[in-house]
Amino acid sequence: MDLRLIQNATPSAEERDAVDSLLGAPQTDWRGTPHEAPADAYFGAAGHESRGHRHLLLPALHAVRDATGFISPGGLNYICQSLDVPPADAYGVATFYALFQMAPVPPMIAHVCDDIACRMSGAREVFAELESRIGPAGKATPDGRATWHRSPCLGLCECAPAVLLQRAGTNQTDEVIAPADASAVLTRLTGDARKVEPNPQELNGSLHAPQTLDPECAKGLRLLKRAGRVDPESIDAYRASGGYEALRRAFDLGPDGVIREVLDSRLQGRGGAAFPTGRKLQDVARAPARPHYLICNADESEPGTFKDRILMENDPFALVEAMTIAGYAAGCEQGYIYLRGEYPLALARVRHAIDAARRRNFLGADIMGEGYHFDIDVRRGAGAYICGEETALFNSIEGFRGEPRNKPPFPTMVGLFGKPTMVNNVETLMNLPEILIQGGPAFASVGTEQSTGTKLFCVSGCVERPGVYELPFGVTLREVLDLAGGVRDGRPLQALLLGGAAGSFVTTEDLDVELTFEGTRAIGAALGSAVIMPFDDTIDMADIVLRIAAFFRDESCGQCVPCRVGTVRQEEALRRLSAGVPLGSVDQELALISELELVMRDASICGLGHTASIAVQSAISKLHLFDSKRAQ
Amino acid sequence: MTVAATTHRLHLKTNRTVDLTVDGQHVRVPEGSTIMKACQEVGIGTPTLCYEQTLTPVNACRVCVVEMEGSRALVPACARKVEPDMVIWTDSERVRHSRKLVLELLASSVDLSYAPDEVQGYLDHYDARPERFGPPDTSDGAVHRDHTQAGHHIPTTNGYAATVAQPPKIDNELYIRDYSRCILCYKCVEACGVDAQNTFAIAVAGRGFDAHISTEFAAPLPDSACVYCGNCIAVCPTGALIFKSEYDMRQAETWDEERQTETDTICPYCGVGCTLRLHVQDNRIVKVTSPMDHDVTNGNLCIKGRFGWQFVQNRARDTGVEESVGTS
Repeated sequence: MDLRLIQNATPSAEERDAVDSLLGAPQTDWRGTPHEAPADAYFGAAGHESRGHRHLLLPALHAVRDATGFISPGGLNYICQSLDVPPADAYGVATFYALFQMAPVPPMIAHVCDDIACRMSGAREVFAELESRIGPAGKATPDGRATWHRSPCLGLCECAPAVLLQRAGTNQTDEVIAPADASAVLTRLTGDARKVEPNPQELNGSLHAPQTLDPECAKGLRLLKRAGRVDPESIDAYRASGGYEALRRAFDLGPDGVIREVLDSRLQGRGGAAFPTGRKLQDVARAPARPHYLICNADESEPGTFKDRILMENDPFALVEAMTIAGYAAGCEQGYIYLRGEYPLALARVRHAIDAARRRNFLGADIMGEGYHFDIDVRRGAGAYICGEETALFNSIEGFRGEPRNKPPFPTMVGLFGKPTMVNNVETLMNLPEILIQGGPAFASVGTEQSTGTKLFCVSGCVERPGVYELPFGVTLREVLDLAGGVRDGRPLQALLLGGAAGSFVTTEDLDVELTFEGTRAIGAALGSAVIMPFDDTIDMADIVLRIAAFFRDESCGQCVPCRVGTVRQEEALRRLSAGVPLGSVDQELALISELELVMRDASICGLGHTASIAVQSAISKLHLFDSKRAQ
Repeated sequence: MTVAATTHRLHLKTNRTVDLTVDGQHVRVPEGSTIMKACQEVGIGTPTLCYEQTLTPVNACRVCVVEMEGSRALVPACARKVEPDMVIWTDSERVRHSRKLVLELLASSVDLSYAPDEVQGYLDHYDARPERFGPPDTSDGAVHRDHTQAGHHIPTTNGYAATVAQPPKIDNELYIRDYSRCILCYKCVEACGVDAQNTFAIAVAGRGFDAHISTEFAAPLPDSACVYCGNCIAVCPTGALIFKSEYDMRQAETWDEERQTETDTICPYCGVGCTLRLHVQDNRIVKVTSPMDHDVTNGNLCIKGRFGWQFVQNRARDTGVEESVGTS
């Protein structure tokens, strides 16, 4: 490919080092020398080898951002000449992600969560304080070394309000502050504390899974059985607690035997779509094209969802083992974990677990002497909800914009790099070891006929004890809410959000719904990512619905018209309604929103567009959101 | 790889056919055909915006969606391959609703005034009323569309409908880019990339409603990789990319397609033999295209064929011979 690089844009030493540390030192003059070429020169010297590394574009952009805080023309140039990617193309990819800035920014950025759970738990106070002390979002501190931004859900809803602090430069770190108060954020942004290494206690995070604290409760836990009990950074502790027994069993059963157990377990995907995992394994295993790939979708970005983060932070080895089992059954030699960019602790723990497993021959060549080769790469997301959509995720890993592809063809036949691909959510995979140890039928004895096993519920918002709760399918909404201590401060319950921003609002009348895939469907809702977010009587529901509408507008990839423009028009209509200035009458506006819902559901390419209006519609129909305005 | 070439190869590979039903009529088409092809077989037209016979379908505009029995969502006719016993409805209430809304969403956010008449025809046919979303926001606030940050937007609270309004980019003598007319059909990116030119001077940048066509860091074209082949102009369906000559005449209000003639000739510059279609108004060439279904060009040209015709007019002026360009 002939490239024309950006003129007069030389990479700095930091940018070069960052890219070289990822890709290795330049082996050829092409990468090694700066190009002071005439303006009309096109180069075509990078060759096939560079071109084959396009999938390193996203990691390379991360490397430059980590080093300098933003992607400069020089930095982009160096990436482009190293990977043989046209600059316009790479620019298109970089600007797709919210965590990449293309103009100079202060090296320290506080991303302050502005999403639904946080805005009910003190985020507003943090904003007010930051605005008065530093200035509006995006304004730098007087010394130009720090700034702050509003952020969509950071997946820390159980310890709201949440802040992600990114420091770029030689001591690059990402630090989570949750729960955050304004003074803690301000100290880091403006005080001397910014030179201080992050407090290890904060980096370690705290586990909000109340069941794990009660020995009686803890006995019934499957997915959370090690959380808070077994050192997540010790492979020995993991093995002492039954780790790698399931992989041994998998090797004894053989790939077909593993698939049989998973089919018998009737395990369904936990990412939201509830696809039967055994069938997916079978489809990939039987696909004639080679190689096969395995992807763990850890891009958990659904507002209100944090279960996968807690699993990865507290039991990372189990994920590595589960992926190895899935890879073995589906005939994959390479796995990827696509981990959202806002989870620094989960990233560190998973990376550590992979390294430790590799050292002990639980990953790599000839695993456990069984002749099976498998390895895992971690890919860090960069702030794009849409990359949790499986085909958008493929594009993101491959180094393209995270735009969903058409289905069919389905990923089990044509997935990552065009090859058969097994994509599973973290929680889905984490069930595999349990299935192999207990056997499929025993696994299926828990839960209901159609929804087997246990489920992690993400409880946050106006609730006494927010956190992740593991319960058998079939538990009622009321039971989960009671377990979490009921509504915060004993206030009356106004409504609940079930399933996340792509889920729907339900009312107190729905509290006895059985939380299963089929039970939620029966009341016109969906389990989604198992978000349960109660709102007490003080919450302005119009504000919550507006935030959800704004979220979908921000997170639409922009590829197809119904979603790209539809999410904008939906937000505008809701704003007019909530401000009491409808175009025509309130009924006309509501009809317009319904029409938008239909076109997004019918004609969008992917699930984001299909679900972008569900919560809005349920708020209108079930919470009668704008009925009071109708009289006016 | 062009669609024509792909289809040709498929014909070589297989003679198998697929039977399906479109609007109650039985259709038999070669395996690998699209639903749109099947519709054509029985004389059913499909509105399209992002589809182009010479480019890989991206099915981003969604105006061609049809209802397929058994599918929860509608499917794009331009890209979805036929399968045995498919049952397709192209004019159901759901189809009409989606097509109407897609057209309304585009017309309410993009200036379609240079789009060909057929686009206005779609709007009329589906009774699209873009004004339902409020008066368009054409304020200059949108000028910074090149530098928006993904994942952030400033909500409009003034009752206006957000648009992509922005000033045209005039940075060279050959063509201008007016992205206030851009429906983001991806065709120009495809034509600049692997579907035709392999230059990769432009790409889609940004995200969501702020997604836009851009060079690296929104650099002006002369600083970009652009080679001025103009193949992007050839595929632009809404007049967002037009010849500078056309733009100037439109500004001067002298552009009049009624008075234009089209004359095919062969490009004189090299031995490839590209067909040039000269668009002539008042005995002066005002732009040059090449037929999309032409074997040699597939509608593509290079800078010389596309833009290297001023000498014709200069000679006419110098010698006073007005008849040097035929108007057939």
